[in-house]
Amino acid sequence: MLIELNDIRKVFNQGKHNEFSAIRGISLQIEPNKVTCLKGASGSGKTTLLSMIGCLSRPTSGRITLGEQNISGLPERFLTDIRRHTFGFIFQKFNLIQGLSVLENIMLPAYPLGTPHEALMDYAHSLLGHFGLSRLSTSPVEWLSGGEAQRVAICRAMINDPEILIADEPTANLDSKLSREFMGLVDDLHQSGKTVLITSHDPIVFDSPVINRVVEMCDGQVLKDEPCY
Amino acid sequence: MTKFIRKQRYLIDFTLSSLLRRKTKNLGLLLVYTLIVFILASVMLFTHALRSEAGIILQESPEIILQRMVAGRHALMPAEYLEKIGRVRGVVRKEGRLWGYFYDYATKSNYTMMAAPDKGLSNSEVIIGAGIARVRWLGIGDFISFNSFDGKTYTFEVKEILDSESELVSSDLVLMSETAWRTTLGVPEGYFTDIVLSVRNPREVSKIAGKLTLKLPDTRPILRDEILRTYDSVFAWRQGITFVLLAGAVLAFVIFAWDKASGLSAEEKREIGILKAVGWETGDVLHMKFWEGGIISLSAFMLGYLAAYVHVFYGSAVLFEPVLKGWAVLYPEFHPVPFIDGMQVATLFFFTVFPYTVATIIPIWRASITDPDTVMR
Amino acid sequence: MLFVTVAVLLIALTVVDASYRRHGAEEALQQRGQLVAELALTDLALFTEARYTRHPSQSDLHSAFQDHPMALEYFPTGSFLSPPRRYRP
Repeated sequence: MLIELNDIRKVFNQGKHNEFSAIRGISLQIEPNKVTCLKGASGSGKTTLLSMIGCLSRPTSGRITLGEQNISGLPERFLTDIRRHTFGFIFQKFNLIQGLSVLENIMLPAYPLGTPHEALMDYAHSLLGHFGLSRLSTSPVEWLSGGEAQRVAICRAMINDPEILIADEPTANLDSKLSREFMGLVDDLHQSGKTVLITSHDPIVFDSPVINRVVEMCDGQVLKDEPCY
Repeated sequence: MTKFIRKQRYLIDFTLSSLLRRKTKNLGLLLVYTLIVFILASVMLFTHALRSEAGIILQESPEIILQRMVAGRHALMPAEYLEKIGRVRGVVRKEGRLWGYFYDYATKSNYTMMAAPDKGLSNSEVIIGAGIARVRWLGIGDFISFNSFDGKTYTFEVKEILDSESELVSSDLVLMSETAWRTTLGVPEGYFTDIVLSVRNPREVSKIAGKLTLKLPDTRPILRDEILRTYDSVFAWRQGITFVLLAGAVLAFVIFAWDKASGLSAEEKREIGILKAVGWETGDVLHMKFWEGGIISLSAFMLGYLAAYVHVFYGSAVLFEPVLKGWAVLYPEFHPVPFIDGMQVATLFFFTVFPYTVATIIPIWRASITDPDTVMR
Repeated sequence: MLFVTVAVLLIALTVVDASYRRHGAEEALQQRGQLVAELALTDLALFTEARYTRHPSQSDLHSAFQDHPMALEYFPTGSFLSPPRRYRP
């Protein structure tokens, strides 16, 4: 599914004295089945852009099309519906829910869909098996190491079998060895036909051979070739 | 449809496991909540059972009781009033009653002394209520003495103890022959305490009462309906006053529950953010919280109600005994017959389950309409 | 789920139990009623400490100073037992 951004702008606190323009007119095409990295320093607007692509928020102006559909003007209900079928999210702080088991955390996004219980369990277990987490399935998430928590977050992103995976600074809380492992997993996902969107300012990520395309951002705009220092 | 049910089951599962995360806090809440329901339900069940029972057994009391009033206080009824009444149409039976009180210094309790001519008692025999038998350690064949009005002591043999099944109406009764009663309590021959009349047709009662007050202007008729109404209002009033006394506790709980339910912690807010980010709709979050409130309040209601039922109908409402007893030394031991008013239970259900559930939902609603991208920031 | 089922069953059981015990108590109720009729009793023997609590339906509650001036709060039950409606102003 092709993602197309057309002159996207996002303004926070519009009309107030602390008005702040996070994205200032970005036009971009993101091809399907590619690993794209949004690169830039913190504050460059990459997370804001990502959240708009992932239907978590809406642009102040401009148009986002997802395949055939214009999603920038849809009400929240529809956005949620698109989001849970199309996108899987891996957050910077993993955002797992404390106190629940690994298995429960993974199945969370599927609850509102009302998937048959057995099918859901089977799929969750196969995901856990694939990411080498089977023996942890009943442990509470606060017992996990950083790498394990990361893999649980990936499993959770995958549970609804989305086409597009969105990862926001996925390696920020990992050491370099785990970060490389993560890029390996991203490669796996790419091989299995997923579109992956990553934001990062970590060289392990954007210099990795797994990445097909690097879009560099600065101050809410795209810098094509020049580095942003 | 099955999808909807499956979804709700998932939400309930999630709610249960998230409730279990804060075990002590939620169990504590459940406990206090259950206790409140328990007390309210106990009061309700107990007073309703008593009221119903009073209504049933006092249905058998005399239709009309005629008291003589002297200077605004009730006084002894001269026997000639029985003749003065003469023949009133519809009255099947009229007779004088002899009853009064006796204060027993030994046990510091009040007995109700009654002449029971129909019981075939000799002048030295009495029948006593089970309550008296209990405080005085008396059995059949034992002796009991009463100090008479003129300072003499008369001793009676206990011929019979009234069935403990009927303690609710008879625990403090002492039944004796008419002669013994008059000798002990000093009511001269030719006087009664009051007059009871039986009326055949209940619809004529008030008309007959009207005729009686015309014939005997210094008397006051007390109708059975009034007695029943008295008891109805006594228990309704008692229930009301208990609820008022409990209102403080209930209010404290409401504040506590409101605070717990509405003051969302930062952690809970973050969790809602995560849920929304991973694809939950506002409605899903609300459903989930609805179940959370529902599960807690429903469990509290069910546990509290069950405990109250056992307490009142199997434990004879032991916890209320001190309140009901007051200064009374003679307290009937009785087991309330389980009369349950479905409407009352439904009201209790509504007032305990509904507000809590609503209280949990409102703040969540405010939190859950925030943008889902907050977790990204 | 199990808990809810058990609790609902138990509540249903209380209804059954209540009707069963009401049924079982019919005889006792009848007996009590019979005693009431036989002795022409008018009140419950719940509160025996004063005549206006032992026989609320018989006492002359409208006369001032029942037992003592301001006797209403004399006993703990006094606070629970109001004058019957017909005597209230």
